[in-house]
Amino acid sequence: MAPLEDLAVVSNVCGAHLASIPFVEAIVGGRLLAAVGAKELLEGVPDGTVLPTLFLHRAASKADRILVPAGSVAEVAIALCGSDLVAFKRTRANRPHCAALANLGAQPLAEWDLGDDRLERTVLATGEAATAAFERGLNEWRVLIAAALNGLRKTALDLGVNYIKNRKAFGRTLSEFQAIQHRLADVSVAGDGADLLTFEAAWAADTNQPNAARLASYAFSFSSRTAFMTCREALQFHGGYGVTLEYDIQLYFRRAKAWPLTLGDVSREEQRAAALTFCGTEV
Amino acid sequence: MDFNVTDELAAHREKARRWADEHLDPAWAEYERTTGTHHIAELHRLLADQGWLGAGWPTEYGGTDNDAALAQAIFEEIRARHVLVEGWGATSLIANTLLHVGTEEQKELFIGGALRGETVIALGYTEPDSGSDVAAAKTRAVRDGDEWIINGQKMFTSTAQKSTHVFLLTRTSTDKPKHRGLTMFIVPLDDPGVSIQPIHTLGGQRTNATFYTDVRVPDSARIGGVDEGWPVMKVALVYERRGGGGGGSATARLLDEVAAWSQSTSREDGSSVFSDATVQQRLARAAIDAEVARLLALRVRWVQESGGLPGVEGSSAKLFGTESAQRAHWDLLDIIGDHAVLRREASSAPLGAAVEEAFRAGVVTTIYGGASEIMREIVAERTLGLPRTRA
Repeated sequence: MAPLEDLAVVSNVCGAHLASIPFVEAIVGGRLLAAVGAKELLEGVPDGTVLPTLFLHRAASKADRILVPAGSVAEVAIALCGSDLVAFKRTRANRPHCAALANLGAQPLAEWDLGDDRLERTVLATGEAATAAFERGLNEWRVLIAAALNGLRKTALDLGVNYIKNRKAFGRTLSEFQAIQHRLADVSVAGDGADLLTFEAAWAADTNQPNAARLASYAFSFSSRTAFMTCREALQFHGGYGVTLEYDIQLYFRRAKAWPLTLGDVSREEQRAAALTFCGTEV
Repeated sequence: MDFNVTDELAAHREKARRWADEHLDPAWAEYERTTGTHHIAELHRLLADQGWLGAGWPTEYGGTDNDAALAQAIFEEIRARHVLVEGWGATSLIANTLLHVGTEEQKELFIGGALRGETVIALGYTEPDSGSDVAAAKTRAVRDGDEWIINGQKMFTSTAQKSTHVFLLTRTSTDKPKHRGLTMFIVPLDDPGVSIQPIHTLGGQRTNATFYTDVRVPDSARIGGVDEGWPVMKVALVYERRGGGGGGSATARLLDEVAAWSQSTSREDGSSVFSDATVQQRLARAAIDAEVARLLALRVRWVQESGGLPGVEGSSAKLFGTESAQRAHWDLLDIIGDHAVLRREASSAPLGAAVEEAFRAGVVTTIYGGASEIMREIVAERTLGLPRTRA
């Protein structure tokens, strides 16, 4: 399998262009299937005809309706149900029952009803093996989404910088105002840090460092906050044009907030990071 | 990318600890803390006599055969025992600058003297009317035959009271743009025209105002060309900023201490301080920031190791490292609560008042070596390609 570090480079580029493909879910889902040796389910995955994804939250019961990233386009979704790692497969014929829900970031989000008996259910692993595979997959998701957010924030920063270099107000370009320069400098330095942190997290996962889970959490939290702040500042400096749909910055702004929310509240992820840092484990 | 940071000094740590056990007087740390003078003459002589100051330096300027890695481990061990050796910090910074810009004669004289422990050099840049706008310096140097006559005043000449020389930024031309009328000198502090007045600071450090009245130095004390002091300053500032506020390591240690304290300390309702979700979130954010600061400082090292002189990378590391450390200090005081205000002298001060002291000592870090606002402008200009706003 490709090193996570290489995949982070690709994910970064996908984020930079807001590519309309669920690259991260497809990669992480495929790697999860490969890790547990699910040969039949992997069929069609490497050539892209079958799209896998994963449930980011533990499925409490069969009746749960769960918001799934790439859920409206994926054929296979992997979930941790209790202590089982389960693949749910649907056919192209019954796809409409997982229709995309309109959302802030224009992502292919859909709710899957795990009680729907049209879903083919395969137990991939049980017990500790199941939990370990799921946790590893979720950490890969965190790192690759962080990489995508870093690409996104770099484009947003470039959009902001280009805009202020050309827009004039009060007889000079916006780029000459210190209030604007300083705020963009802050998000630029934080962005450099987010890039380094994410590549460190990918390296830690690839080389099985003991702190790999902690660094994945750090990279996800920090990149999420930095990407949104960068988009917010870049949009702000566009003035009124920033809120018009003609300008791309609004697309980046939406996705910067929406992407991390797939996992949930970033503050909760930071509390998890505190446990990983100071208790050595999740509490 | 390879993030494997092996402790290159690991093999030397034990020797360094033994050296410190044998030679370090526990009273020295207490002396530095109570006086705010971060230089111990006796220790400096010892380090010079045993060849540790000269370790790793070119032998033609007085470098010794001592193992440079062991020397570095010894310095780190000394600092870890709260003896800050700032006299050597400034002196080695100037010696490094001289390697780039000094004449052969100056390298032999000043680097040689520094490595023998005879020459200790303080930094003389800031003035009462110019800090971050360091190139606005007004201290005058006027040529008189083969000599220069210097008149003016410097602020924050730290460790001057223990130094033999000062690395002095002067104005030699008043009719040129400000960056093109500056000249650097190394000026002896025992000149009768020099006077040193103490200034005490929020962080507990004693620094100085230094006054220069008709101080005469030979032309050989001039570092770099006449009116070409700014390129010399730029080299010295790179060496000053490359530390990046310690790269987050001191903050990370403090966070570990406070986290452990918060896990073993109960609130009125019996719950541990750490069980508070807002405490966890503040600790995590500070820990993440400290890791980012470490990585930005690591990037500075990568640039150095590939033979480059880091510029904007150093400014970025300093900006993020110092600003995030201050944010951490503010939060850590809040987390500890009412007892956080107690000074070290109060026996019930949590963690020996480590946070209270770090809070006060950290304030200056976003000011010296170029304030954060200057670092932001350097990033805006060099990373983002935005126009220069400073004259």
